[in-house]
Amino acid sequence: MVEVRFELNGETVIAKEDPTKRLLDVIRTSFGLTGPKEGCGEGECGGCAVLIDHKIMNACITPLGNVHGKSVVTIEAFAKTQRGQTIRKAFEAHGAVQCGICTPGMVIATESLLHANPHPTEAEIREGLSGNLCRCTGYNMIVKAIQSLVEKEGSLW
Amino acid sequence: MVLDISKSINKVDNFEKITGTAKYIDDIKPEGCLYARTLRATIPCGRIVSRHYPDMPEGYAIVDHQDITGQNFVKIIFEDMPVFVEETVNYYGEPILLVVGEDKATIVSLMNQISIQYETYEPVYDYVDSKIHKSYIKGQGEAVFDKAYKVIEHTYETGYQEHVYIEPQGVIALYEPDKVSLLGSIQCPYYVKNALMNVLGCNEEEVRVEQATTGGAFGGKEEFPSLIACQAVVASKKMKRPIKLIYGREEDMAYTTKRHPAKIKIEAAISKDHEIIGLRTHVGLDGGAYIGLSGVVLLRAMIAATGAYTINHLHITGDVYITNTVPTGAFRGFGAPQMIFAVEMMMHHIAKELNEDPSTLRMKYLAKTGDVTSTSGHFIEPIIMEKMIQRAMEISDFEHKIKKHKHERINKDSHKGVYKGIGMSWFLHGCGFTGSGEQVHIKAVVRLKKDELNRVHILVAATDMGQGVKTTFRKLIAHKLNIPIEQVIFENPDTDKVPDSGPTVASRTMMIVGGLLAKAADQLKHQWNDQKEVMVEERYKQPEHIKWDDETLQGDAYPAYSWGINIVEVEVDPVTFEVTLQGVWSVYDVGKAIDEQVILGQADGGLLQGISYGMLEVMENKDGRVQQKTVTDYIIPTAKDTVFMETELMDNPYALGPYGAKGAGELTLIGGAPAVALAIENAIGKHVTRIPVVPEYIMELMKNG
Repeated sequence: MVEVRFELNGETVIAKEDPTKRLLDVIRTSFGLTGPKEGCGEGECGGCAVLIDHKIMNACITPLGNVHGKSVVTIEAFAKTQRGQTIRKAFEAHGAVQCGICTPGMVIATESLLHANPHPTEAEIREGLSGNLCRCTGYNMIVKAIQSLVEKEGSLW
Repeated sequence: MVLDISKSINKVDNFEKITGTAKYIDDIKPEGCLYARTLRATIPCGRIVSRHYPDMPEGYAIVDHQDITGQNFVKIIFEDMPVFVEETVNYYGEPILLVVGEDKATIVSLMNQISIQYETYEPVYDYVDSKIHKSYIKGQGEAVFDKAYKVIEHTYETGYQEHVYIEPQGVIALYEPDKVSLLGSIQCPYYVKNALMNVLGCNEEEVRVEQATTGGAFGGKEEFPSLIACQAVVASKKMKRPIKLIYGREEDMAYTTKRHPAKIKIEAAISKDHEIIGLRTHVGLDGGAYIGLSGVVLLRAMIAATGAYTINHLHITGDVYITNTVPTGAFRGFGAPQMIFAVEMMMHHIAKELNEDPSTLRMKYLAKTGDVTSTSGHFIEPIIMEKMIQRAMEISDFEHKIKKHKHERINKDSHKGVYKGIGMSWFLHGCGFTGSGEQVHIKAVVRLKKDELNRVHILVAATDMGQGVKTTFRKLIAHKLNIPIEQVIFENPDTDKVPDSGPTVASRTMMIVGGLLAKAADQLKHQWNDQKEVMVEERYKQPEHIKWDDETLQGDAYPAYSWGINIVEVEVDPVTFEVTLQGVWSVYDVGKAIDEQVILGQADGGLLQGISYGMLEVMENKDGRVQQKTVTDYIIPTAKDTVFMETELMDNPYALGPYGAKGAGELTLIGGAPAVALAIENAIGKHVTRIPVVPEYIMELMKNG
């Protein structure tokens, strides 16, 4: 076994596991972080999204070895940040959550989008969420939550 | 607290879901838990002639039909579907056994060493083997066809629809020496409990079922989870360890229930003065290999045979056909989406063939308060559809757009520009179980318990699968008792703690279960005693004026109906025939919204499912095998495929619903497919008779007429 060293939610960790193992399994099983969800296992639904060096990635198709020397942030840590809490409040206010299984991924997608583009248009927001599937909400309440962030909280990003 | 109950509040489970701390079934791993994987039949029809099992290493085992101590069928309605195949195989992928053990990779390698020999029989995929036939008449039935000046006939076809709840199916069987506990992503804890008692051959006290936070269901976690729950508990009994059985996406899409494909033939008897005097309709549903809930789905489809209209003479028949394919089952709308699609297209097609304006013709038959329903009951509650239609046409600028699109088509070479069209559907949905279901079969019981700390516990089996009942029930009780919502407790149901208030299906939760809870709250108010615990109970009683005959299918099929209008505007690319949504407008009568934002969320999500059922979602079965098994192949909409929807809710309180609430969850789906199909028909000027209306189908229509 090789040692894969990376930063997980702000702390340096070492995973002594097969580097071809899926990052999703490592963070859910070895580190007990169950916020990222497995919806499809093929990088289509975005349920397992995490931030790798501040960019959204699907942990189900990321081999562990790929994050060596990088920073990985999951919903558990991101939700505690000021931006995380601000996104949460916007999601709450706009009814963006139903069953909730896609929600951690949607929050990560929101952060990734606003980090790269603090003032997205509606079309850019829809593009930014297009890697994340939701079957409950029809997406519009999530889009409106993000629009409200753009209007009121733009300076945070 | 005199606020309007519809005023939205922060949903009670928002925080845990957004921060990723909510525990779904796959997030739970009990001490000593083993994994399980299903070995499936690789033929669509035949029998097993021999099995070869490898020697199993310590801690690993094969669990099959021989391990069942009770009866080897999944208790739903009929006794036809086995938990594990004994000999006969009825569909490709039918479960034969589980391999259980600690390490997933070892399980897979053991599965590869199992060999099963089959004798194959000729499979059936056509609509030929009817296992359930039903019929009813209204008025003179088909006798009016003798008086018809002409008969207009069309056949409409609908395909599979896959639920694609983002969380796949999953259960965990927990082991204790004298008790089996099942934790699962499920809609109906008591359905699962009854199935477990049957497969284990044990009594009520020995089985407990608890719902885990559920990541979407849409009917897909109504009856299906009973199958895997049975398998997991049999394995758990054998291994004396907890068993975790979680499906991957491909397994879930290929081998779990879907919406029934349907063929619906409608004949309309037309008089000399262009009146629709009667309908003769046959609906055929593909039930897959086992009956499951198909008979009940068929009934709901048949009862919806006149949609939102009143037609005086009807002869309605229906069949569930058994085929060698994966069983179909419950899906939001439960037979109504297929029939409402057919009826809405038919009304439109009749108008076209009679050379009349579709809206004018439809308005002539629109159901009114007091009218006789399809099953010869009565629409007792006020119907406000005329007002709703007017409002929907206003907010969408419908009439102007119809004229504008027509003008553009006539005055422009349409192949150079895009095709534009707008379509409108009118629909209703019966709230609660069909016919005598609530009274005879379900017999809902609810309880409220006030504890010594003056907290009120809601004790019902209703499950929150995203539709927000955790919030709306707590809000309902808080309002009723005039206490803060924090003082009301409603946990995921556990059959050891809550009575059987029925399954979370059929748009019954708020109207029926919520209605009983509201009555229980009134009782509790009278018995309230700050010093001690108080428990109150309510049982369902059919309102006196509701009469139904299960044999003849005559009477009031539902205690109340919710109503809706959807308007969809589209553009169709003249080269690729791709359809893009331009605008979506809706008006609903759900009685009274217990939380406006919750209902608007149902409206957005339900309608998008309905629209994509109508234009996007393709699932085919070839030689008995589902062809689209991943979310890459089976397309559901993304955020880019939709537009903001304008939705209005009309207050039309139902006297027997809590604060006037009726059903809402299914209503929002069933008008989507006909609205988008009519919009496409309007854009391209061809008769659409099947869904989904995908580009390939549009191309076929454009080329062949």
